[in-house]
Amino acid sequence: MTVPDEATVVAMPIPEPQTQRGRVSTWYRARHSLWRAKFPVVALFILGVVVIMALFAPFLAPYNPNKVDVQIRLLPPAFAGGDPAYPLGTDALGRDVLSRLIYGARVSLVVGLTAVMVAGTLGVTLGLTAGFLGGRIDNVIMRAADIQLAFPFILLAISLLAVLNARRGVEANISNFQRLVPLILTLGVAQWVTYARMGRSVTLSLREKEFVESARALGDSKRSIIFRNILPNALAPLIVIASFNVASTILAEAALSFLGLGVPPAIPTWGGMLAESRELLISGVWWLAIIPGLAIMFTVLSINILGDWLRDFLDPRLRT
Amino acid sequence: MLRYILGRLWQSLIVLVGVSVLAFSVLFLSGDPTYLYVNEHATNETIAATRHKLGFDRPVYVQYYDFARKAIRGDFGTSLRYGQPAMKIVLARLPATLELTFAAMFIAIIFAIPLGTFAAVRRGSTFDGATMLGAMVGQSMPDFWLGIMLILVVGVQLKWLPISGRVPILEPLFAGDFNQLFKTLPESIRHLIMPAIVAGVWSLSRNSRLVRSSMLEVLGMDYVTTARAKGLAEFRVVMKHAFKNALIPVVTIIGLEFGFLLSGDIVVENIFAWPGVGRLVVNAINQKDFNIVQASVITLAVVFIALNLFIDILYTYLDPRIRYR
Repeated sequence: MTVPDEATVVAMPIPEPQTQRGRVSTWYRARHSLWRAKFPVVALFILGVVVIMALFAPFLAPYNPNKVDVQIRLLPPAFAGGDPAYPLGTDALGRDVLSRLIYGARVSLVVGLTAVMVAGTLGVTLGLTAGFLGGRIDNVIMRAADIQLAFPFILLAISLLAVLNARRGVEANISNFQRLVPLILTLGVAQWVTYARMGRSVTLSLREKEFVESARALGDSKRSIIFRNILPNALAPLIVIASFNVASTILAEAALSFLGLGVPPAIPTWGGMLAESRELLISGVWWLAIIPGLAIMFTVLSINILGDWLRDFLDPRLRT
Repeated sequence: MLRYILGRLWQSLIVLVGVSVLAFSVLFLSGDPTYLYVNEHATNETIAATRHKLGFDRPVYVQYYDFARKAIRGDFGTSLRYGQPAMKIVLARLPATLELTFAAMFIAIIFAIPLGTFAAVRRGSTFDGATMLGAMVGQSMPDFWLGIMLILVVGVQLKWLPISGRVPILEPLFAGDFNQLFKTLPESIRHLIMPAIVAGVWSLSRNSRLVRSSMLEVLGMDYVTTARAKGLAEFRVVMKHAFKNALIPVVTIIGLEFGFLLSGDIVVENIFAWPGVGRLVVNAINQKDFNIVQASVITLAVVFIALNLFIDILYTYLDPRIRYR
């Protein structure tokens, strides 16, 4: 459920080296192609709302998301006959659902983006190195990738988190972001393989090309060739993978928080809200289960739709 | 052929050693694993004594050798919570997980093929649009949320299906107790439906899209045009000429699919109180029962590796081109 789509990866072609001239018109084409399509525009709008929620959470949230008030516990949403002061109702401890939802956007986006950056940096570096140097280093890195793939993703995340969390539980004086670090590292480290494989295959196809040859002839160092000549040409497929990966990482974060292994309970998250909604299902408290789920779904759906658009855009051959 | 299989076996063995190192070293990530076994108020003497008792004061390679030697015999120590051998507990839960995985796999493949094929053949139609939007939503929805929604609607409101628990299928099957199996089969299936749907929905969505795009590609090939030019009925063109080749990418990812499904099972088992390895491992983590965690991790990895090996070999047999890559 959480690993970027191998099928997408396989379908991605290796782009031809781009000229400097192409870049200006690329943005121009991007804007036009985006506005012509309907779904991506809606997706961009939804994602924009989520980003604004995350950035300005303290100003947008009507209440403190952790303020407990048992007097007003389990109020249904305003549209279902609840108190208009609490538009999306309150949870079992009387906390405002809307405020928690707004703050929850922060965790999803921060974890999604940073974990993908960790995975991307690690994977791309290893993949390019493996592809360019070949030989024994290539062998070691790719076998490590195989080992990683033999581990079901969640299982790896769980076993890493089990230990990291067990140790971190005691430390009190750390910021909320620091509390997220074990989760981010885990999700990042667990997903490097896709980037490594993609980076390697691009490198293999490019390393004998003339422009690499000429850089070599001019005496450029290996590192310079890898990062200045090969990496720019591998970026397009990597960006597409990364966009899908942000979506799947948000889902993974939600799943881990749902299992009680991800984000510490003090921080409001969408997955954590869903976890808390479970016991109340039988007694008919539906809003606590439906609202955060919709938030996750629309966010992830928007990212996936934009990723699809991005792939079609960067690779006209797949355009239908 | 034999050389390929031997090579593949050797590869699996290396991967397995790697997995064992990973499972072993997980305990050491936090520094001294002794602290995982003592409470916060333990004195230095208690900590030292525990460290010695658990053997954590020995060099790491000695500890790994010891771990691996015992692991080969299936000995992962005694579960702190259950007071029984960890492996025994994990193996008792394994059939439940396998049952769920196969059921999810079944759903992911059986429904994806007709959906993807029809969507490709009727490209641009309402059916195509609806299927692809549905697939997109299916890939964007947290699976545990779908589980919660199903429990809420199908289980609690409509009361059509049970919302938790399992009635075994695999155990009576292996025991050869067919009377028992047939007696409980309807109830088993009723319990299995919702968890299997939730576990399989992501793969189902992905496979539908994959079958569609691969079918579209094949339908654009010259030999399909030839078949049409011969005057064959469209149904025959699709089913006889395009279908088999369109399925190749799907077969290719079936091995990896098991990995996704096993991952998904861990979450699904926790929603539906399905007594499998996934539920066991999450509980074990919360109770810091690391022998169980290690035994579960290795068991699931072995299942995954074995299934992949089996599929790869089968695939080579079906498509001889692979061998020469």
